[in-house]
Amino acid sequence: MTTTTASRIGLALLALLLAAPFLGIGAYPMHLMIMAMLWGFIYTSWALMGRLGMVSLGHGAFFGIGAYAVVMLWNHFGLPPLLGAAVAVVASAVLAFLIGYPCFHFRLVGHYFALVTLALAEVVRLTIVGLRDSTGGSLGVTPVPGIPAGESASLFALQFSDRSVWFYVVLVMWLLSLYVWRRVDRSMTRLALQAISEEEDAAASIGINVPRSKLGVAMLSAVMTAIGGVLYAQYQLYVNPETVSGIAISLQIVFGAIAGGMFVMLGPTVGAVFLLLLSESLRILVGNQVHGLDMLIYGALLVFFIIYMPKGILGTWLDWRARRAG
Amino acid sequence: MLEIRNLSAGYGSFQALFDVSLQVDAGEAVAVIGPNGAGKTTLLRAISRLIDARAGDLLMDGRRYNDIPPHEVVSLGIAQVPEGRRLFPRLTVEDNLKMGGYTAAARRHHRERLDFVYSLFPRMKERRLQLAGTMSGGEQQMCAIGRALMSKPRLLLLDEPSAGLAPVVVQSIFDLMKRIRAEGYTVLIVEQNIQQVLRVVDRA
Amino acid sequence: MEFFDIFLVEAIVNGVLLGGLLALLALGLNLVFGVIDVIWICYAEIIMVSMYAIWWLHSVQGAPLWLAFPFGVAIAAALGAALHHFIVRPVLTAEPINQLLVTGGVLFFLQAAATVVFGIEFRNIGLQLPGVSVGELYLSMSRLIAFGVALASIVVTYLFLTRTYVGTAIRAISQDREIMPLMGVNPRRIYLLTSALGGGLAGLAACLLVLQYDIHPAIGLSFGPIAFLICVLGGLGNLVGGFLAAFLFAQFISVGGFVFHLEWGYVLAFVFFIVMMFWKPQGLFARRQ
Repeated sequence: MTTTTASRIGLALLALLLAAPFLGIGAYPMHLMIMAMLWGFIYTSWALMGRLGMVSLGHGAFFGIGAYAVVMLWNHFGLPPLLGAAVAVVASAVLAFLIGYPCFHFRLVGHYFALVTLALAEVVRLTIVGLRDSTGGSLGVTPVPGIPAGESASLFALQFSDRSVWFYVVLVMWLLSLYVWRRVDRSMTRLALQAISEEEDAAASIGINVPRSKLGVAMLSAVMTAIGGVLYAQYQLYVNPETVSGIAISLQIVFGAIAGGMFVMLGPTVGAVFLLLLSESLRILVGNQVHGLDMLIYGALLVFFIIYMPKGILGTWLDWRARRAG
Repeated sequence: MLEIRNLSAGYGSFQALFDVSLQVDAGEAVAVIGPNGAGKTTLLRAISRLIDARAGDLLMDGRRYNDIPPHEVVSLGIAQVPEGRRLFPRLTVEDNLKMGGYTAAARRHHRERLDFVYSLFPRMKERRLQLAGTMSGGEQQMCAIGRALMSKPRLLLLDEPSAGLAPVVVQSIFDLMKRIRAEGYTVLIVEQNIQQVLRVVDRA
Repeated sequence: MEFFDIFLVEAIVNGVLLGGLLALLALGLNLVFGVIDVIWICYAEIIMVSMYAIWWLHSVQGAPLWLAFPFGVAIAAALGAALHHFIVRPVLTAEPINQLLVTGGVLFFLQAAATVVFGIEFRNIGLQLPGVSVGELYLSMSRLIAFGVALASIVVTYLFLTRTYVGTAIRAISQDREIMPLMGVNPRRIYLLTSALGGGLAGLAACLLVLQYDIHPAIGLSFGPIAFLICVLGGLGNLVGGFLAAFLFAQFISVGGFVFHLEWGYVLAFVFFIVMMFWKPQGLFARRQ
């Protein structure tokens, strides 16, 4: 398949996607597509860092900050989620900087970086639980309904009862993440970062400011994940510290990005689709009768993937195609 | 005792040994001399089965041992003092020696062997609780040789024992070699330092 | 609130008792990391499974505790060995992150397996040990026992590592794996043994935890991250460092939880960890490479 054919197919699919809400798709498939793009957006954000050797096990921290900041500020202070999102973005950027700066400056990488980020995710989770009087603790919390009577949407409250609106919002964000990916990829920074992830000293010796480049990408990744949290909270209209922060969601994000293939632009999205289909089909087949069977298979698959398909579904498929052509 | 026939070996796509043949009889001391990169270390690694032979035969007492797992080579009576000493830096001298006598057969005679090694290297006895990594090059070499001797080997392999050591120290190492020979050990040395090694060996 | 409030002293003492337990947790993790260079993210889940095993044999099957405990340890040791052989070994040569992730997958798997088999209700072995009065302090007997056993186990492990041949080999292999065969040591076997030992220590921790806490598939999440952080704080692979770091950490949790509120003790400890990472990135008592 040539690149022009590929891009033609891609454009056709994109057109299809844009028209989707008008094609009479039911509510449930629409929901699935929204979730696929939302998680695709989030996993891609993580992979921005991950592919450059900065494997964070703590993105749950940013996701949680995004989710809880908007809900808390709205519920307690009536602050519109759009502004709440700005707060979350700033908070995430600052946090990423605070953690990232010393990490990259002192070359804390690999295991150490992973565990520090893990600690971060847990700190956020524990803080949310600890502030139970405001946050509702482990029971979670729901944003106060903000759509005025008689209307179906409120930009002010960032709540839309029409799923199609959410569809386009998430679609735009997802495409944005792909664009960001491409920009980071194309810029000089990317070459530098690739060199950095492999040979920091070499990169530094040709004048690339290693810590600064890393920090930039890390902050970007954190901010985007936080936005993902905002969207998630406003769409689902329910948040809970265990599902939006902590180690579990952090690992899920990592797995999603890797399952699809984190070195390829569309890899994380493929991962999102895969995970979604997996959990939904398991839920349908096995349902809530047997608690935990979906996680069982999920965990087994994660292990399987890491051992046999470390480049993820898309990555491995692309490799296989390249080898066949070559 | 040891016989190598038409041995070829290498690393990945790089071949270091081409059709090498060699024989060491009991009681002999043999040296393999050559410059860097000639494949001397590769030869010893192949003999100790740290790398696989691509072609050719490794025989001990007439029996081919090409396919045995590396950790069984010691039970054949072959012990190696690797290039660069390779002591366990954060273990004491005593623990390093203990590791030399790890095999079940060696453990039975641990006390005996330890006494023997200490008699050969009195300084090791003094320093037996010292961390191996903190010793000088010469002391480390002695310890490494001692470690190999703990298993009461029938064939002692030495990979560049003089490497990185001051001339005075090198002298004492080779004197030691003579003593070991006098004790009846069969030795195969791989070396760059021609002068010193020729004092010790029968053939090269 | 006076500073030398008796409850504060109790918190400190409880912190020490907790420290012993955490030190045991850290020991297993550190051992595996120090020797094999892999972090078992699912370590706490091995403990969880072992706790269920003990509960099952004792509360469901009716066996006495003195049978259930060794059973738990055996299950954990077997699990550790299996984990290494089937899951870790294939990725030993891959990127370190893959090793982290593959054990992450096992984390999910074990949690889910426990949920499927045992459900999500809290279980307990129903052992009610009395409290004990030491001077003016009122302490929990189970905590005292846990502390004692943990310390004893650590001492035994120390002796094993320093006095026995296998123990010495375990210490040696982390320093130079390549030459191990020259001494007649099969590196694979040592790795397997180390994994079994790490698992066994987890099983031991499970025995002690089961005395004090309820069992639930997700409890691993409560103390798993703590164990990792302690290991890193003490210097990954540094057994002594981990030991000391455990007590330090425990004090933060205990006193912090007392002065503020339960979760905040943990938050404080975690924040302490993050700060420490920047001050002493290789750990407080790092092994000089």
